[in-house]
Amino acid sequence: MNEKTMTAEEDLRFEQMLAEESVCTKENIVFDRTDTLIDTNMHYCPGCGHGVAHRLIAEVIDELDIQKDTIGVAPVGCSVLAYNYLNIDMNGAAHGRAAAVATGIKRVLPEKYVFTYQGDGDLAAIGTGETIHACNRGENFLIVFINNGIYGMTGGQMAPTTLPGMKSTTSPEGRDIVTMGSPLKITELIAQLPGTYYVTRTAVNSPVNVRKAKAAIKKSFEYQKLNKGTCLVEIVTNCPSNWKMNPVESNKWLEDNMLPFYPLGDIKKPSN
Amino acid sequence: MKKEFRLMKGNEALAEAAIRAGCDAYFGYPITPQSEVLEYLSGEAAKRTGMVVLQAESEIASINMVYGAAGTGKRVMTSSSSPGMSLMQEGISYIACGELPCLLVNVQRGGPGLGTIQPGQADYLQAVKGGGHGDYKVITLAPSTVQEMVDFVGEGFELAYKYRNPVLILTDGALGQMMEKVLLPELRPRKTEFEPWGSTGKTPDRERNVIYTLSLQPDVMEQWNQRLQAKYRIIEENETRCELIDCEDADYILVAYGLVARICQKAAHIARDKGIKVGVFRPITVYPYPYAELNKIADKVKGFMTVEMNAGQMLEDVRLAVNGKKPIEFYGRQGGMIPSPEDIFHKLEEKIIGELV
Amino acid sequence: MTEEIIIAGFGGQGVLSMGQILCYGGVIEDKEVTFMPSYGPEMRGGTANCIAIVSDEKISSPILTKFDTVIALNQPSLDKFEHTLKPGGLLIYEASTIINPPKRTDIDILPIEASNEAAKMKNIKIMNMIVLGAVLKKKPIISLESAILALQKVLPERYHHLIPLNKEAIEKGMELAEKASVTA
Ligand SMILES: Cc1ncc(C[n+]2csc(CCOP(=O)(O)OP(=O)(O)O)c2C)c(N)n1
Ligand code: SF4
Repeated sequence: MNEKTMTAEEDLRFEQMLAEESVCTKENIVFDRTDTLIDTNMHYCPGCGHGVAHRLIAEVIDELDIQKDTIGVAPVGCSVLAYNYLNIDMNGAAHGRAAAVATGIKRVLPEKYVFTYQGDGDLAAIGTGETIHACNRGENFLIVFINNGIYGMTGGQMAPTTLPGMKSTTSPEGRDIVTMGSPLKITELIAQLPGTYYVTRTAVNSPVNVRKAKAAIKKSFEYQKLNKGTCLVEIVTNCPSNWKMNPVESNKWLEDNMLPFYPLGDIKKPSN
Repeated sequence: MKKEFRLMKGNEALAEAAIRAGCDAYFGYPITPQSEVLEYLSGEAAKRTGMVVLQAESEIASINMVYGAAGTGKRVMTSSSSPGMSLMQEGISYIACGELPCLLVNVQRGGPGLGTIQPGQADYLQAVKGGGHGDYKVITLAPSTVQEMVDFVGEGFELAYKYRNPVLILTDGALGQMMEKVLLPELRPRKTEFEPWGSTGKTPDRERNVIYTLSLQPDVMEQWNQRLQAKYRIIEENETRCELIDCEDADYILVAYGLVARICQKAAHIARDKGIKVGVFRPITVYPYPYAELNKIADKVKGFMTVEMNAGQMLEDVRLAVNGKKPIEFYGRQGGMIPSPEDIFHKLEEKIIGELV
Repeated sequence: MTEEIIIAGFGGQGVLSMGQILCYGGVIEDKEVTFMPSYGPEMRGGTANCIAIVSDEKISSPILTKFDTVIALNQPSLDKFEHTLKPGGLLIYEASTIINPPKRTDIDILPIEASNEAAKMKNIKIMNMIVLGAVLKKKPIISLESAILALQKVLPERYHHLIPLNKEAIEKGMELAEKASVTA
C-alpha cells in the first residue's frame, strides 16, 4: 500500500481497524520494551550481548522503581553510547576512568543509586587502577563488567581477558602467555578486596543465564540501598563481529571456551 | 638496482620504517586512527628483528614503559592519537627532563574530549609549547606525505640521540590512513652499543648511571633548566626545516603544515590559474619553528593566510614570525572536518585579496 | 596526465579494492599515486568511498571535491557524487539497481549492468571488477596487465585462485563498455 495516497482520515480508520483486529491488546502482551529502555535502534552488531545487558539494567531499574534516583556511568568502548539507550541520568567517563567518576558522583550524592557499565579493556586494562582502588575503598556502587574477551570498538585487538591462544589483531598468532601475560581474572582478584560485598559472574547466552544475570543486578542495587559496599557483576558476553563468527556460533564458542575459563557463579557471597 | 616502491598506508609504512630503523622496543595502546602501527608491529616485528612489541594497559603505562626503556639507551618509541597523547604528557615531561632519546608519534584526530576519529591538527600547541608541566621542548616533525611518515622515523631517531631529547612525529588520521607509494630504507641493525649514560647495570669501569628528574635544591634545578634551555637554543639554530613552494614571485602566501600544506598547494594552483600569484610556506619542523625564514618572506609579499584543522594554533607562531610586517588572515576547520582546495581559495580571495586590491 | 577519481558504494561491494588496484597499477607503471579511503564506524556495513589519484606528476592535495571520474555502485552514491564531476568528466555507474539515473548533460555517462553480468558469471563479488574493466576501457589510466599484477597485491593470498575469474570480469567490463553507448 502506498502511504502517500492515504488521507489522514483513511489513515486513522486503518489504524482503528488494525487495533480492533489485533491480538496485541494490553491483556495479551507478555513481553514489551521496559520503560527505562529508550525506544530507538541500538548501534550494536546483530547478536551482541551489550543489548541484552542494557535491557536487564533497565528492567531492574523499572522493577525497583528507582529510575529517578539512578545515575549511570558509561565507559569508552562499544557501549560508549549507553547513555543513548537508558532513560536515566548518565555520565560518559574517559576511557578507564568510570570508577573514579562514579566515586565522585556517589560521594556527593550518597542517597542515589550509581552504577558503571564497562568493557574488559576499559575496566581491566586502562582502568585497572581506578577499578581496584574504588573496590578497595568499598565505594558503594555497582560495577557492571562486560567481558567479551576482546576490544570491540577499536576493531578486535587483544584485551586483558583474551584467552590463551585466542587470536586478535594484536595477537595474530594467538595470545602467547609467555610474552603477553595470562588473561586477567580481575573479578576473582577484586573479590579478595575487603571493600567488595558481592562479586559474581554471569552470562547472557541462554534464557536461564539471562535470568540469573538480572537477579544479580537486582540484588546489587538492593545491597547498594543497604550501604554494603562495592558490588561487581561480570557478564561474560560474545563479540560476534570481532570473533568473526555469526551470533549462534559465537554463543557456542562462548560456552565451549569462555565459560570453562570464566566459570559462572558467585565468587564472593554476601556475608549476611 | 631499480628502486623498489611499495604502496603503503601511512600508519603501516611508519611501522615498517620503525622496524627498519632498528627500533628496539615499541609500547602502545590501541586508539583509532593509529591502531595499525601497533597491529603491524604485533604481526612481524619480533620475528624479523627481535624487537620488543608490547601492548600496554594504557597510554599512561606505555609512556612510562618508554621512559624506562629509553633510560637504558635503547632505541624505543610509542605512538597514539590525541586523547592518548593527552594522557602521556606527564610522562613526556619526565622524559624531556631526564634527557632521554625516544620517538613519539601523534596521529591526530579532532577534539576536544573524545572528539572524533577523523583527522585534526588541534594538538599543535600541546606538541610545540610543551604539553606537560615544566619548561621543556620536544623536537616536532610534521610529515605531509606517506614517504615522509617513513623518512621521519629514521631522522627522528637520529635527532633524538644527537640531542638526547624526545622527538615527536606530529601527523594526522588522514595521513595515517591513506596509501601512497613509498621507498623504504634498508634494514638497519638494532642497537647493540651502549650509551655512556644508559642505566644498564653498573660495571666496575664506570660510575653509576642514574636516570632521575628530581632535585630538591632549587638552585640545582635551575641549573638543570638552564642546561636544557641552552640545548634548545642549539636545536633552534641547527635543526629548523621548512619547504617553500612557489614563493619566489608570490603576492600571497598560504602557511600550513602536514596534510593541509598539500591541500593549500592545490588551492595555490587554482589561484594561479586565475592569475593570482600564491605560494605555500610549509614548516617541516614545527618545533623549532622556522621564524626567520617566514619573516624574510614577509618583506616581499602582500599578505598571509594560515590554514589549519583547528581554531588557529600555529597562527600564533606565524604572527610571531611575521611580526606585524604584513596582514595575516586565518582559515580553519575543526572537529575532523578537512578544508578543501576550493574552500581555501575562496577564503583567500574573500579575506585578504579582496581587502588589499 | 592527472586522473582524479572517486569510487563510492556500500561497504562490501569492493569499493576500496577498486581504488587500491588503480593505485597499485599506477605504482607498477612508475606513476605517482594517492589512495584516500573513508574510514570509521560507517565502514561496518554502511557506505564506503575512496579517492584514487594517479598522475605523472607529484600529487598535491589528497582531499578533493571535484573529480575527473566518478564511479558509483549504488543509488545513494550516485545521488551524492554526480555533482562532484568536473564538466566533461566521466560518470560510470552500476546500473542494475539504479532507479533514478543521472541528469547532467555536460558529462559523459556510462551505465554498466555489472551486477546482472556478475550474476551471469556466477559470482556476485566480481561486480566491481566488471565496472573497473569498463572504466579502463574508457580511460586507460593503467593497462590491463598492470591491473592484473595489482590484483595479486590487493587480493589476500588465499584468494589468488580467483585471479583468472577477476581477469575475465575486467575483460567483460571492457567489452560492455565498448558496446555501450556513452550519452553526453
Ligand atoms: C585514552 C584513550 N586511549 C584509547 C582509546 C581507544 N579505545 C576506545 S574503546 C577501546 C577499547 C574498548 O574495549 P572494551 O573495554 O573491551 O569494550 P568493548 O568495545 O569490547 O565493548 C579503546 C582502546 C580511547 N578512547 N582513549
Ligand atoms: S564490535 Fe563486538 S562488542 Fe561491539 S557491538 Fe559489535 S559485537 Fe558487540
